Amino acid sequence: MDFQDTPAEAFFRGEVKAWLERTAPQHSVSVKLQTAGVTDLAIVEKARGWQRAKADAGYGAITWPQRHGGRDASRMQLVILKQEEARLPVPFGVYAIGLELCLPTIFARGTPEQIERFAGPALRGEEIWSQLFSEPAAGSDVAGVRMTARKDGDDWILNGQKVWTTGAHYSDYGIVLARTDPDKPKHKGMTFFIVDLRAPGVEIRAIRQINGSASFNEVFFTDVRVPDGLRVGDVNDGWSVAMQTLTFERLSIASVEHGKATDIDALVDLAMRIDYDGRPAFRDRAVRERLADWYVEGQGLRYTNYRTLTDISRGVPPGPESSIIKIVKGKRMQDMAAYAMELAEMGGISLADESATFGHAYLYSPSTRIAGGTDEILRNIVAERVLGLPGDIRVDKDLPFNQLKQGL
Amino acid sequence: MNFDFSDDEKHLREEAHRFLRDKCPITRVRAALDAGLDHDPELWREIAAMGWTSITIPEAYGGLGLSQLDLCVIAEELGRSLAPIPTVSSIYMATDALTRLGSEKQKQDWLPRLAQGDTIATVAWAETAAASTSQEAAMRFVGGAISGSKLPVSAGMSANLAIVSARVAEGSGLYLVDLTHAGVTRERIDVVDPTRGHSALHFNNVPAERLGNRDAGELLETILARAAVPTAFEQVAGAEAALQAARGYALERFAFGRQIGSFQAIKHKLADMFVAVQLARSNAYYAAWALSTEDPELAMASACARVSACRAFDLNAQENLHIHGGVGYTWEADCHLHYRRARELSLILGSPLAWKERVARGLEARRSSVRDAA
Repeated sequence: MDFQDTPAEAFFRGEVKAWLERTAPQHSVSVKLQTAGVTDLAIVEKARGWQRAKADAGYGAITWPQRHGGRDASRMQLVILKQEEARLPVPFGVYAIGLELCLPTIFARGTPEQIERFAGPALRGEEIWSQLFSEPAAGSDVAGVRMTARKDGDDWILNGQKVWTTGAHYSDYGIVLARTDPDKPKHKGMTFFIVDLRAPGVEIRAIRQINGSASFNEVFFTDVRVPDGLRVGDVNDGWSVAMQTLTFERLSIASVEHGKATDIDALVDLAMRIDYDGRPAFRDRAVRERLADWYVEGQGLRYTNYRTLTDISRGVPPGPESSIIKIVKGKRMQDMAAYAMELAEMGGISLADESATFGHAYLYSPSTRIAGGTDEILRNIVAERVLGLPGDIRVDKDLPFNQLKQGL
Repeated sequence: MNFDFSDDEKHLREEAHRFLRDKCPITRVRAALDAGLDHDPELWREIAAMGWTSITIPEAYGGLGLSQLDLCVIAEELGRSLAPIPTVSSIYMATDALTRLGSEKQKQDWLPRLAQGDTIATVAWAETAAASTSQEAAMRFVGGAISGSKLPVSAGMSANLAIVSARVAEGSGLYLVDLTHAGVTRERIDVVDPTRGHSALHFNNVPAERLGNRDAGELLETILARAAVPTAFEQVAGAEAALQAARGYALERFAFGRQIGSFQAIKHKLADMFVAVQLARSNAYYAAWALSTEDPELAMASACARVSACRAFDLNAQENLHIHGGVGYTWEADCHLHYRRARELSLILGSPLAWKERVARGLEARRSSVRDAA
């Protein structure tokens, strides 16, 4: 048992660090811009330059096959690259969807022409990608998509609405799941497309979130024409392609280290600084107990991640323990943020003073319990895939999609 | 990153698993519940014959001389099977303390007997319902002998050797006491988990030798921090066993025309039990690493492992019984064996409340060391 890199990993880390030290300074962004994330389009331009520099040096998409411009790197090497990159103020978050979800799906299920057309520009940062699965009536039940795709000669005509699309407003292409046969049961009548998000009929509107920022969008499709050559997989077999994308998404999540969300240090600092009945709040037994609990849970998450990294380092699929992290993290962030606001007493109302970080975290935290699988869906996944419990009774499983009950 | 046990250690765990599956089925735990003893003496002999009472005792004293990691994997299987034997007090606490703190003569006197399983040892530190640290101990060491009472003492009816905390004129200390002495009176007490019984021990001028040369409180902190690690492995596996029992019942039991395991209320409960187990397992792994490498992080790591493991086993034992419904509340069902053991293990080294306080102190110490460095 140890926490060291293998000699090969250490060698790779050294190589990455040396390159980053030479190259990253020209691509740095301010802390303010980095934390604003993709809500500020200035970071997209910086990200474009950074992706180009990475691609030129062979770090653009290292886990891709060599023939598509990658270097057949292991997932552990990707983890190492991300760890080292995360130490520096370089832009992140813009290209991950394309490079880790969309293009790998196209490599697995797309045509040689599609791969030839899209791999290079994505790798070099010339084209940015989005994922368009969710709809107003298809969230946790993503197979409930209502967007239609109707065949018209060699083209498809898409109509409908997608929602929660991260980065659509600066993306060039998207992967889209659409209904091609509403007479079939819901999982059997969808097809998977690549769509030019700048095509006529695509309208992108920012969604204002409860914290005031707008990192994702709703995307309206009105008679959007998609050539049949941009279909991925067979007609009506889109669900299996989308499943492949979701597998890549899980791998992508497993590769990243969870950072601030599990970091209790800021809360401990606050409790040691803030006055509570004439002494630091941390001297209070009730406060100590709560913070100790969160610290213990946070350490549990950290070492669970170490177990996952051990699997990744060995080149085996991460064990089922990796599925607990997101279940714990979101609610934890919400609870810790709420508690920090309470430590500030009535001052917690203010988003202007020292507890503001926690106030903002509180307003951000609900999204972490919904995006990328709700707390409830994740528990279902653990119960069914890990513990082998029966699936829910699905009243819609064998009915034609156009006969299903619909609410909002 | 190689945050895992080695193949050899896993092999040892597998061997322990097979042995206990055969030798210690749940029926044997149940038998211990009604036997009126504080443990199953035959099972103790059997695990001693496997060498499990001597895992970390050096070969020079008749032990196997294996590592703390080996001890942890065996503890895991002992916990999974709910083995009705005093592992925590005799193996993880007393044997470990004697190995580390004993004089050459003390080690030669006792370690071979502990290794062979002829002698069960215990640590008698608590004195009242709320007892913990030795600073408060009423037990006195005067003129080479101790007098006073300890309660509760694990395996107090069976142990022949005790490490006893006592006050002396100039502070406090730990003392090695032969419990076969005529001045020792043993009194069985009712306990939450009779498969790991406890007693009151009364000492009337019983000869005692000092163990180690530091203050009892300081020595006990280390004894507890170290013992909490293999104990956490028992708890993690106990929590897993309770989860497996709950899962099995949820698949077999039908209500409203469906397996109850198909209802989300039950599925989500089981998912939360899985989460608790994994958090506890990860914390236990880190503590095992810290224990095996004598890392300065051990105190904090073992406190985290203990808090996490107590939470997992208590939660899973409670929810397992609950998922079984009325049946779970009966003496005949096995749920209460987990329910009792989970509580016993949560209390035997001091309660989770005390361990959360240790975590809080660790956070303060870390903070002041950061400040000093700055």
